[in-house]
Amino acid sequence: MMIEVEIDQCVGGGQCVMAAPDVFDQDDDGLVVVLDENPGPDRADDVALAARLCPARAIRLAGT
Amino acid sequence: MSAVSDLPAFPMTRLTPFDPPPGYAAAREAGGLARVRLWDGRTAWLVTGYEQVRSLLGDPRISVDRRREGFPFPTPGREALERSGRTTFVGMDPPDHTRLRRVFTKYFAIRRIEALRPVVQDIVDDLITGILADGPPADFVTALAGEVPSRTICHVLGMPLADRAHFQALDHERNTLTTSPENVIRATNEMLAYADELIERKRREPADDLISELVADQLGGDTISREEMVAAVRLLITAGHETTTNMIGLGIATLLQHPDQLAELRAAPSLVPAAVEELLRYISIFHISPTRVVTEPIEIAGHRLEAGDGVIAAVAGANRDDAAFPDADAFDVHREARHHVAFGYGVHQCLGQPLARVELQTVVETLFRRVPSLRLAVDPAELQVKEYAFLSLAALPLTWDEPREGR
Repeated sequence: MMIEVEIDQCVGGGQCVMAAPDVFDQDDDGLVVVLDENPGPDRADDVALAARLCPARAIRLAGT
Repeated sequence: MSAVSDLPAFPMTRLTPFDPPPGYAAAREAGGLARVRLWDGRTAWLVTGYEQVRSLLGDPRISVDRRREGFPFPTPGREALERSGRTTFVGMDPPDHTRLRRVFTKYFAIRRIEALRPVVQDIVDDLITGILADGPPADFVTALAGEVPSRTICHVLGMPLADRAHFQALDHERNTLTTSPENVIRATNEMLAYADELIERKRREPADDLISELVADQLGGDTISREEMVAAVRLLITAGHETTTNMIGLGIATLLQHPDQLAELRAAPSLVPAAVEELLRYISIFHISPTRVVTEPIEIAGHRLEAGDGVIAAVAGANRDDAAFPDADAFDVHREARHHVAFGYGVHQCLGQPLARVELQTVVETLFRRVPSLRLAVDPAELQVKEYAFLSLAALPLTWDEPREGR
């Protein structure tokens, strides 16, 4: 599973950080930072939830 | 097509404080959206299906710009409110929305808000200590639900605690659906004047608070004008106040109506975050918003929405959609509810939601731990909702057992 984020679309809602705090973080402006671009299968559910919850649809998952 | 006068009127009345108006389910069964009639004789699409609400609120072919032809206003006071004063990013489309919202995202980042937990805990503990000292019964809308958000906001923004009665009264006037347009505008202007003074005070005497940081970061810069900053500070003061107040009051009432689940929460506090998500879904306090106007034709669920059509995204309907939440009318703290749309969806989704969650989780965990005998002091049927922009309890009279002498 590969994670791609569209930083231009990010609205800093923090949904991804709440869903998968070991995979997503926020920078000094509150915008998304990916801590782990290729998390293991055990993180698949939380990462999928993060992508689903993102209000700006800024998270794309490949290889799922 | 039926005559406008035959369409159901919006806003619709809730028959109980805990359930959406029955008309929402009717619209959902008709494909997730239906036409409704507004006070001014115009019509709008009432969207109550979960997928339809998410799809529309995430669609770039709708606008939040109140000046656009066809934008739906649920009441005359709301029209005056939306058209009065200076617009915040809540009423702007990209790219202005993006520019201004990004000024504020850093202040609501998860890590910063999580660091406020001890502050919120102290506020909640102090209030409960005071309520217990005064003895039963008490109205928890005024004694707790109204106080937790207003004290938290005063702390975060760096406002004197004594000012909270002033902005609470103005906000209440603005949000009451029956307030005249003139009074809505006057109350809004008074809030803007207060926000302007607050910015000026923090410019002269900076302290360790959000407004001081905002002034240091942005005042005099290229990103946000002074006028835009005043409007945004007005929004910061009010946005987390009435919303969280009503969620706390209705959340307590809902849990008291489900004693078995409440007992489980007391026994296992780790359930509290999931229970708060379920409360947000089940209660869904947005009563007349979010509203949008279509800018380009959109095909959805067999309907064609034309440019200029008004849209009311009824999140309270979406959050009771069985397709997204099995047996959606049942309150169940064990369900997976995180995908609810109680904070909206799309680029305008609530910026302050991490703070609301911290406040709600702290109240639910602390209140029922410290006051296990808490119960309604009136028949549940006597709980009254107000004619208000948000689902809102007029009062929540509760009682409890006082500890016996010598214990």
